[in-house]
Amino acid sequence: MTESSSTHKGLLALPNDDTRKIIFVATVLCLVCSILVSTSAILLRPLQENNAQNARQLEILKVVGLQFSGEEVDSYFSQHIQSKIVDLDSGEYREDIDEATFDERKAAREQSTSIELQTNQDIARIKRRANFVRVYLIADSQGEVEKIVLPIHGYGLWSTLYGFLALNTDDGTIAGLTFYEQAETAGLGAEVSNPKWLAQFIGKQALDIQGMPRISVNKGPVNPNDIEANYLVDGISGATLTSNGVTNLMHFWLGELGFGPYLVKLRENNN
Amino acid sequence: MTTKTQTILLDPLIDKNPITFQILGICSALAVTTKLAPALIMALAVTFVLSVSNVSISIIRNHIPNSIRIIVQMTIIASLVIIVDQFLKAYAFELSKQLTVFIGLIITNCIVMGRAEAFAMHNPPVASFVDGIGHAMGYSLILIIVAVVRELLGSGTLLDYTILPLVKDGGWYEPNGLMLLAPGAFFIIGLLIWAIRTWKPEQVEKTEYQIPKQNRSEVM
Repeated sequence: MTESSSTHKGLLALPNDDTRKIIFVATVLCLVCSILVSTSAILLRPLQENNAQNARQLEILKVVGLQFSGEEVDSYFSQHIQSKIVDLDSGEYREDIDEATFDERKAAREQSTSIELQTNQDIARIKRRANFVRVYLIADSQGEVEKIVLPIHGYGLWSTLYGFLALNTDDGTIAGLTFYEQAETAGLGAEVSNPKWLAQFIGKQALDIQGMPRISVNKGPVNPNDIEANYLVDGISGATLTSNGVTNLMHFWLGELGFGPYLVKLRENNN
Repeated sequence: MTTKTQTILLDPLIDKNPITFQILGICSALAVTTKLAPALIMALAVTFVLSVSNVSISIIRNHIPNSIRIIVQMTIIASLVIIVDQFLKAYAFELSKQLTVFIGLIITNCIVMGRAEAFAMHNPPVASFVDGIGHAMGYSLILIIVAVVRELLGSGTLLDYTILPLVKDGGWYEPNGLMLLAPGAFFIIGLLIWAIRTWKPEQVEKTEYQIPKQNRSEVM
């Protein structure tokens, strides 16, 4: 004890430029800092995860046009909303994958659970696409699935836009669209997450009669007499590239490599 | 309060303001000032990091080996910034999403390291704390002024309350898109520097280089 405290004092008493003192100061500093950082990270993690989950649940409720707060969110979620994992290639549900621990972004990174997209396929510029994706089924008060919520993402001008697209199961029209994560130019491209702009998508047809993705962001305002008007929404002025990004990511995720096969299966089941 | 503490605390507000006089921390002043709310959070975060880093560096200043002093300062600042970031993600989730990388970039904010190197390394903890608070206030003051102008003219709101109703919502105000882009902040900061230096001409730097007068015949 006495010996260790004397070396301790000895080290501090050394001149500052002594190599032993340099190593001692660096070690102690690193230890103290790493303890502080890891303590705060571990103590705050439950709160942060809770925030992230709440934010996601609120986002899903928002995309289908529902507003709740606090505890109502959890109870509505458990009663009306079911999440399932879809195999994008076959369009079937995969009951064997544990829904609670499934992490889409991790699945999209790993070789074994994703595919690499060729340049001509990758219109949404996402490089890799996960094979499995979590979708949400929204039931009405009778327990019938009336809306489905699909996660979508793709590149805008500066950033990847992450969002949810809700479709009505009966006629395939869009029930809502949100972007919950994006870093586009504030006031221009960032208008993609403006609820007023997003509301234009509601009621539009996502797919044409052949089931091909058709919904697009127009360049400029849409002429209501245009025969295409049912597939078009107004472009954001000053944000052509972000608007194009939204069109592209919608086309990708509604297309053959996205939810195309799943949507075909859904329609077959409905008929 | 002694006059010395007072000078340390109040000088950085106008006379030695880190942004308008020392021209430091411009990057974050452009990035987080499109709206007032993120600017306020950024100001609080910088206040915390700057004052605590100044105090901690000052406490150990006599034991910091000269050869590794910059990395020692960086380690302390970086740890504090990570802690702030963790707290924001836990308690102000929405705002932390808006601030994205800019909280992390406090590490590279020249004001923080500038004060550590210029003041905390040579002064006792209390004075260093006051110096940190003073500079953080100077930074915050400019951030808030810039954010108020940008949010008001760019979006017609303040803290998201509508002040000037926008044309697209049926009001009369056509927002100025320039205010939402980084150049908008440059203009405001530039005008502020001009105003302050007109008011206090002693802040104007001496011309380092005089463009020589040329006669037309010499050019020919």
